[in-house]
Amino acid sequence: MRGVCTRSGSLSAADFYASAIYFSQRWNETNSDFPNWVWIPCSRLGAISEDEGYLVLEKIKLQTERNDSNLEELNNCDSSANDDLTDEATLVDVHSHDAHLYDLHIAYSFTYKVPVLYFRGYKSDGCHLSLDEIKEELPSHSVEILQKSKWTFMTQEEHPYLNTPWYTLHPCGTGDWMKLLLSSTSYGENISLIQYLPAWLSVIGQTVGLRVPLELYSRS
Amino acid sequence: MEEEATKYIWEGAIPLQIKLHESEITSFPPPPPLMILGLRIGYLPLLVPPLKAHFSSTLPPGTDNVWFDYKGLPLKWYIPTGVLFDLLCAEPERPWNLTVHFRGSPGDVLTPCEGEESVKWSYINSLKEAAYVINGNCKNVMNMSQADQYDLWQSLLKGNMEGYLKISSKLKLGPFGEDSLPSEESEIVASSRPSRIPVRLYIRSVGEEIVDIEDAPIIDSWDKISYINRPFEIYKEEGGYVSLKQALKSLLPETFNTNSSQEESSTNVKDPNAPDFEDDNAKLRLVRVQGIEPDMDIPFFWLANCLRNPEFYLHICVFISKQPKLR
Repeated sequence: MRGVCTRSGSLSAADFYASAIYFSQRWNETNSDFPNWVWIPCSRLGAISEDEGYLVLEKIKLQTERNDSNLEELNNCDSSANDDLTDEATLVDVHSHDAHLYDLHIAYSFTYKVPVLYFRGYKSDGCHLSLDEIKEELPSHSVEILQKSKWTFMTQEEHPYLNTPWYTLHPCGTGDWMKLLLSSTSYGENISLIQYLPAWLSVIGQTVGLRVPLELYSRS
Repeated sequence: MEEEATKYIWEGAIPLQIKLHESEITSFPPPPPLMILGLRIGYLPLLVPPLKAHFSSTLPPGTDNVWFDYKGLPLKWYIPTGVLFDLLCAEPERPWNLTVHFRGSPGDVLTPCEGEESVKWSYINSLKEAAYVINGNCKNVMNMSQADQYDLWQSLLKGNMEGYLKISSKLKLGPFGEDSLPSEESEIVASSRPSRIPVRLYIRSVGEEIVDIEDAPIIDSWDKISYINRPFEIYKEEGGYVSLKQALKSLLPETFNTNSSQEESSTNVKDPNAPDFEDDNAKLRLVRVQGIEPDMDIPFFWLANCLRNPEFYLHICVFISKQPKLR
């Protein structure tokens, strides 16, 4: 059932699906240097769902303190090539040996009626990073957001579709801050729910060092 | 009637026979298994203190990292013991034979459990989630005093129903759906918000060829079980009598697509690679709630009010067979 939930900060499952498809298409169009977000349909009892599933972005580098120091070297080489609108993580040397890679998944919470981010980090040898190790590498403003905000905190929970433990940002506060975000003047009153996911990611991305290119927000 | 049901649930317990995994036995003769009752509404890690006391003399040196398995399947510690039993033992096993490990929890499969604190956190988190489902916010749980939170948890730990009810009633989370039944007063305003009931569904698929559910093969991987954490929603205008069967069908729409509705929706775009399951009916083979197999026509709200767990979730175990495709 399609809801008009902008005022409440939440969205229906159908709107999540529509926004996810829109978001992944826009991302893939505007961000050709970066891997694509892929929609994985939920498969249950042998049936593949038409509109239930989750988005995945895997084996990527985030804008972490470690990668930032690599970035500085590149910046010094050719500062004119930098564009504030570009996702800086793409400029990091993808062949560096000690790169930490991340998997990001976005799933829908039927309880809280909002998207939820699930993530895992790996060392170059494939070993999983612990939450403390991940927190160590997050940019300082991310850590600040996590510590100070009553709205976001990281926990380890089971992925809703895979039977494995993932780290997640707890969704119980998402509706509240999305309500504020969507009602702020920069988005205008008539923001279509299809824009929900880019808006949501613009905030959530900051907590894990994922930069979202600004072109994603231009209405096409 | 509901009080009796609550008492039944709080007193329900599974007789367990828990042995230590052989790799962790350093003494001879090996210690006997521990016979202990696991509260249906409780959680396996809460049994660690008596288990530790029983097995400590034989454990190898090292730090404890406790986990359980049933016939090799690592058990998810945040699922109430009664639900695990109803789901994994197609034929109820008495006593239920489990294996405890104190070392080497499989971190790629199980989220880590650091003892009672982890279980308490998981419980409070579920309670918050249930509150959100019922009220649209978790304020009442977030605003619980430390003392109340402590007492609530202690009541659950000790199976103290009266203590629990004293505090949980302050949360005003039940009973479910009284206002969704049509009455003269409620017709005044039909609110646009639906009634929502916190439900957790655990679904096992059983082959058509299995005649007796009790012969269903042992589960060796959680991938064989579908877990659906989704509220049951009903709008007040639709309110009135909803049976358990109707509620399950609404929670599992793609599973129960009937052939007639498929003809209507033949213009839907289908994934060409998807198996033609959408044409099938699924047959409900067994539904278990708190160890009971309820009548499928039972009013769903009544069932939820009577048989819900202390965190206000109704856990339902469902065994399903897929019907062969009609040609």
